[in-house]
Order: sequence, then C-alpha cells, then structure tokens
Amino acid sequence: MRLDLVPRGRRSALSAALSPALAFLAAVLVGGIAVALMGVSPAAAFTVYFVAPLSDLWSLQEIALKAAPLALIATGLAFCYRANLWNIGAEGQFVVGGLAGGMVAIATHGSEGATFWVLPAMLLTGTLAGLAYAMIPALLRVKLGVSEILTSLMLVYVAELLLDYMARGPLRDPAGYNFPQSVTFDDAARLPYLMEGDTLHAGVLVALAAVLLAAVVLGRSLFGFEMRLVGASPRAARFAGFGEARLTLMAFAISGGAAGLAGIVEVAGKIGQLQPTISPGYGFTAIIVAFLGRLSPVGILLAALVIAVTTIGGEAAQIDLRLPLDLTRAFQGLLLGLVLAADVFTRFKVRLVPGAAR
Amino acid sequence: MASEAGPLFGAYGIVKRFGAFTANDHIDLEIRAGEIHALLGENGAGKSTLMKILYGLLEPTEGVVTHRGETVRLGSPEAARRLGIGMVFQHFSLCENLTVAENIALVMERGLSRADLARRIAALGQTYGLHLEPDRPVWSLSAGERQRIEIVRCLLQDPKLVILDEPTSVLTPGEAELLFTVLERLRDEGRALLYISHRLDEVRRLCARATILRAGKVVGACDPRAESAASLAAMMVGEEVRGIAAAPGAPAGPERLRLDRLSLPAPRLHATALRDITLAIRGGEILGIAGIAGNGQAELFAALSGETTVPAGAVRIDGAPAGHLGINARRRLGAAFVPEERNGHAAAPGLSLSDNIVLSRHATAPLTRFGLVRRAAARAMAASVSTAFDVRKAGPDPAAGTLSGGNLQKFVVGREILAEPGLLVVDQPTWGVDAAAAARIRQALIDLAARGSAVLVISQDLDELFEIAGRIAVLHGGSLSPPVARAETSREAVGLLMGGAGTPSEAAHAA
Repeated sequence: MRLDLVPRGRRSALSAALSPALAFLAAVLVGGIAVALMGVSPAAAFTVYFVAPLSDLWSLQEIALKAAPLALIATGLAFCYRANLWNIGAEGQFVVGGLAGGMVAIATHGSEGATFWVLPAMLLTGTLAGLAYAMIPALLRVKLGVSEILTSLMLVYVAELLLDYMARGPLRDPAGYNFPQSVTFDDAARLPYLMEGDTLHAGVLVALAAVLLAAVVLGRSLFGFEMRLVGASPRAARFAGFGEARLTLMAFAISGGAAGLAGIVEVAGKIGQLQPTISPGYGFTAIIVAFLGRLSPVGILLAALVIAVTTIGGEAAQIDLRLPLDLTRAFQGLLLGLVLAADVFTRFKVRLVPGAAR
Repeated sequence: MASEAGPLFGAYGIVKRFGAFTANDHIDLEIRAGEIHALLGENGAGKSTLMKILYGLLEPTEGVVTHRGETVRLGSPEAARRLGIGMVFQHFSLCENLTVAENIALVMERGLSRADLARRIAALGQTYGLHLEPDRPVWSLSAGERQRIEIVRCLLQDPKLVILDEPTSVLTPGEAELLFTVLERLRDEGRALLYISHRLDEVRRLCARATILRAGKVVGACDPRAESAASLAAMMVGEEVRGIAAAPGAPAGPERLRLDRLSLPAPRLHATALRDITLAIRGGEILGIAGIAGNGQAELFAALSGETTVPAGAVRIDGAPAGHLGINARRRLGAAFVPEERNGHAAAPGLSLSDNIVLSRHATAPLTRFGLVRRAAARAMAASVSTAFDVRKAGPDPAAGTLSGGNLQKFVVGREILAEPGLLVVDQPTWGVDAAAAARIRQALIDLAARGSAVLVISQDLDELFEIAGRIAVLHGGSLSPPVARAETSREAVGLLMGGAGTPSEAAHAA
C-alpha cells in the first residue's frame, strides 16, 4: 500500500483561492474537537476566539497592532524564502532594530531642539540596524558558504541578550527605581495615534504601505522576477545574468530592514521605552505568517490578520474559559499544516495504490 | 531464440489519461525474447508514457501488461525489476552528489559489499567495454559517462527486457558503435530490448521490428530494415519531413567572434581545463565544434556566454574585448546563447513562457520600464516565438515545463534567434529532439547565418555538424583542433580527433 501524488494538469484559480478557506474550516473543526475534549463548549470557544475579537473596537485595534509587525516582517521574509534563502533570524533583526532606534530616542531624551527629526531618525536607524544585522548571515553565506539557517537563528539569541543587557545596564532609567527599563520616550519619539484616545498608532500604516510596495516589487518588477527565478532555477538565474551573491545580499537586506523597521515601530508605537523583552516572538510567528500567506504580500496581510485574531481570541479564552494559551499556539500550527496540506491537494491528486510499498 | 512461442512481454489495450489528455490510446505492443524492438514517434507521441508504464512508474488507466502470457501488475519499478525489466533513462536518474558505485548500489540488493560491487562493475566493464571509475562523484562526470552508469546499473540486474530511451543521443559515433555491439550481444544472449530513438538510421540498423506511435496511438508496425529513413519519418510525423536547404558557401562577412588563447583552469575537481583555444568566426558562417561529452564543452560554453569570465582580450565579440564581461553585457554586444540543458538552464520549467522570455531577453529587449516588467510585451514576444517556430503548447502562456522536449527546445532556440543576434552560440541544439523539430532548428540556424550572423554550434551529433557547419573543429581534453572545411574532412577523420588522435593530417594518414 502506498500513496501516490499525481500532478493535476492545471491549478484552477478557484481551487487556489478556496484551499486556504477550507483549511481554515478544517482547523476550526479539529480545534473544536480539542476544545470539547477539554470540557468546554466548542460554540462558546468559537465565539470567544473568532467572534468577540471582531466585534468591539478595542480588540479590533489590538488585532491591527498585532498584525502590523507580523505582516511587515513576513513580507520581508517572503523575499528571502522566494529565493530559497532561509533567514529565520527575523526575531533578532526585529530586536536589534528596536534597540538601535530606541537608543536614538534615549539619546535625544529631554533635549529641547530635537523634535520633528527624531522619529524619522529612529525609524531609519532601526531599519538600517536590522538590515546590518541581517548582513552578518548573508555575508557569511556569500563569502564563506556558511549555512544562513544556523547563523541567523543563533544571532537571535545574541540580539535578545544584548537588549536584555542594555535595558538592565547602560540604558536603564537612572530615575527609574532600578526597574530594568529605559526612560519613557518623549512625545517627539513616539508614533502618533491615529485617533485621539485610542491605541491604534501610525505604525499600522507603515506596515500597510510596506506590504503594498512589496506586492508591486515582487509581482511586477524585474527584481521580483530575479527573486522568483533564483528560487525556482538557480542555474537559469545565472543564465539570465542575475548574480546569486548580489541577490542573497539584497534579499537579506530587505528582510532584515523590514524586521528592523517592525522592531522600532513596536518600540516607538506600542511600548514607548526599551525593556529587556520587546517581542512576544513576532519574528518567529512571522515565518508561519509568510508561509500561511504563501509568500505573497496580500496573502501575508490576510494571514497576519488571522494569526492576530487567534492570538487576541486566545488571550480572551485564557481569561474567560480558562483555556491554556498553548491551545492557541497549537491551533496556529495546525492551521499552517492544513494550509500547506490543502496546497498539496490543489496541486496533486492523491491516490491510494494497493501493492508493494516502495 | 527469437522464434520462441509467445511474446516475452505484452501490453494490450493500454490507455493512460492525464486529466482530459490521453497520452496512450489503446496501445498494443508485443516484445519477444531475442529481439531489438524499436519504438518510434515524435516527442509527445506517448513513447515515454508507455515506457513508464512498462517500468512500473505509471499505472495504466486501462489495459494489461503480460509476462510470458500471464497478466502482471507493475505497481512499482521494483516490481518491474523483479520481473526482469531494466531501464536506461534519457534524462539520467542519478544522484549528483553520490559516487558512481553508490549510485549503482542504490538499485542493488542490500548487503552487497563495496568491494564486491566494484568487482562486478569492473567485470561488466570488461565484458561489454563500459569503463567506469567507481569512486568518482557523479556531478563530475559528462553526460556520456553518466549514461554508462545507467547502462551498467541496468545490466547488473541481469534484465530480460532492457528499455533504452534515446541511448545514443550523448554518444560519439565510436561510442555508439560500441553500444550497438553491446546491444547486439544482449540480444544474442536472448534478452529483449525496447529501443527508443529518433535516429532512424540506427533503428534501421539494429531493429527487426518497429512500432510507430503518433498522438498516443499505434499508427503502424514494420520491419525498419525494409523501410527508408524518409518513409519511417513520414509515418512518425504523418507528413514528409522537410529537407534542409543547403548550408551557405564561403563566408564573406566581417569577423564576429575571436577567441585568442582562451585558457581556463578547471572550475571544479574533475572538470576540464580549457587550453589555448584560438578561433575566429565570420558573419555568415556556421562553425561546428565536435567532441565527446566532458571534453570541455560546458566550460567553453560558460566562457563564451560570460557565465564564467576570462581575461578581457581572450574573447572578442565584433572586435570588442568581452572576456571580462558578464552574460548580459555580452548580449548587449549582440551575442545570444542557447545552453545544452533546456530544463533549468535555458529555461525555468516552473515559470511561464513569457517569464522565460524575460529570462534571457530582459537586458536587450524593451521588456522593462522603470524596473517593472512589461508583461504584455513579454507575452507578445512569447507568442511570436511560438508562432515563428511552431511551438505546440496547451494554453496561451503555459509553464515551460509542460512543453515536450522538442517544443521547449524550439522555444529556447527561437527566443534567441528572434533577437537577430550577430553571434549565436548554441550547445547541443537538437539533443533529444524529434526529427521534425530538429530539422526546423537546423534550418533556422542556417537561415540566421545566411542573414550575416556568425553561428557557433557545439554538438556531439556528427551528422548534425556535417549537415549544417561550414567548418568543423574538435574539442578534446580542453584543446581545440584547427577548424577544417567540411568538404576537406570526413566523419572518420573527425571521429579520430574526438578520440584524441593528433592532427587531421595524422588522422588522414592513419585512416
């Protein structure tokens, strides 16, 4: 007995659009069973997870705030993954971006003249810091052939420990009663709120703009074509005259820059100071988001929203239904697995072939 | 032996559908022990599908396969091998990063020691003249050497039926001769052989029976020895294959390519170093470079295309030093290139035809504006290539990988020719391509030269070179023999040079 995957002639646009929706449905069903086994009504859980977050203004804003960094990071990662480059260190690039941009805010803290240029300088510094940090694995790969998977991952821990040290040590607020955190940023160093009295800040627009720009670049530009070609056929890319080293550096620069920007947006927007930890794992969750969105910027935007909804819903479920947060993580993983599986089904017919196993 | 009662293997009423497409439509085929049975047909006629069914890689939608009159199920290649069916693939199914011996061990029974295996490989090499170095990694081998592994791997199974898919497409005439001897010996040992080839003269020489496929159906069976190559081709194609118009006479144009003592160290272990290659081609001329696979063709192509850069003066295109330039800079000088491997080098199989237009033409054709790809322009160009070269495809802009080999080759050659290059370098222009497509490609090369371009054809197919090239040089061990006018040389003389026998004059004396 063995399974055979028979390629389908052509992939219809309908099935390509439907498959993630069906996968989501299947994930909800499986999740419902798990919830029922834990003694909670699946209907109540569904309400808390998916209906409640979408039905009040505060949690809608929270969803947007969670989705923004995920979409921004995942969009950058899509450039790498399309070119078969495995940057899994976006978390580190995020942290370094937040740290470097935050240091600009701390350096200018309290000074009178520094106003209009502080925020742009922070965003630029954060982006460049993330970019530079991503250059380490990129250059190691290009020059020495070191696996970017290992180096980019290990640099995450370096970045996290660096931020931890800085927030507890040199950057600690001297008047902060020894709490391990920096001064609270001046208003000039904060992203403006979109609506008075709400939590939604301008960082959401930054993410949206980046996703749109990436959609044009990846889908329509020669550069986006290079990325796709290098991933699909490296030798054909050389024949097209696209240098692999240059593309590797470019892809890492884009994903590192996007992660760094997301980091400083988070620090200048939501947090407003440097703390030992500034990310609940956005850089890693973004990997799921990138693949859930099938490496297309628009898909990534949708995927980021779905993940954000489940995260916010998961927090509510923890409080209201005493369901563990791990259930949310399991659900997110399940969703990714099912989306990838659904993709296989749209591309191949699966046949059970009786007879000798291979 | 050949007169044994029933057929050794039979396939009856075989139907294979892929979605709406019927690749095999009620095919009957009988193969007897002790015969070499030819399977003829254009690319896309359904030969590969039928072979894969016989080798257990595909299961038929309808129909049965029999072995000595009994119905058998070929659920997997292992099942096929247990029944004594072996296969030599056209596109090699070898693991690049394993050695020769490891690749062979992959299909052998478990528990065979390395030493034993090496002994058996050596013994087989002795018997059939198929020499192999067991410890060399496959990635360092030429196409010809890789095929030898496939054949040895198949023979080690002691098969009753050997399926060969275009086996001579990578061999020199001498090597092909050797292969024929091997095949004839296998036949005389009482084995059955199913021989797929486009080279009709080979089929006529080797095979006593032929089954001809067209569009998934059996359209005829014959004794190829009683037919002419033209009548066989007509049966395959369903029409007469066009003859090729005469190659142009003496070149008159200016010098378009000059290689001046082009040397290049071997790029990797086991690759071939290029040594002092000097050459000049004028507009209006087709120059052929003959040679056995692995004698520096890939390295020479890379140095010509700019995928590998060399000192500036070593390569001159229209007089301009170009050795230091990359491939796109050379394209801007009016050069165009067609690599040997169409899947994954000349074209990206997963991308659409219009994307594959952008692949090689983005630097020289108006395909981008402000860094954005003009997709309509790319699609229009893909359509004009398809029309000009009769590329048959499903849908307006399908993925390149969905085209048959011959059609994809027409597309990648057409893509470059429609750029009207002043210099075209093409490596194995008709490798594994059916007769009609090959004729079309060769004619296009001749026409391009007639319009004043210089054409450099690297080919292992001597018939092809003698058909289209004005002068022929031989690449052996990374050195190039002086080009000789076609009229002043012979296949034998070129064949000797391919084997490494000194200069043409020595060869002439030796002959």
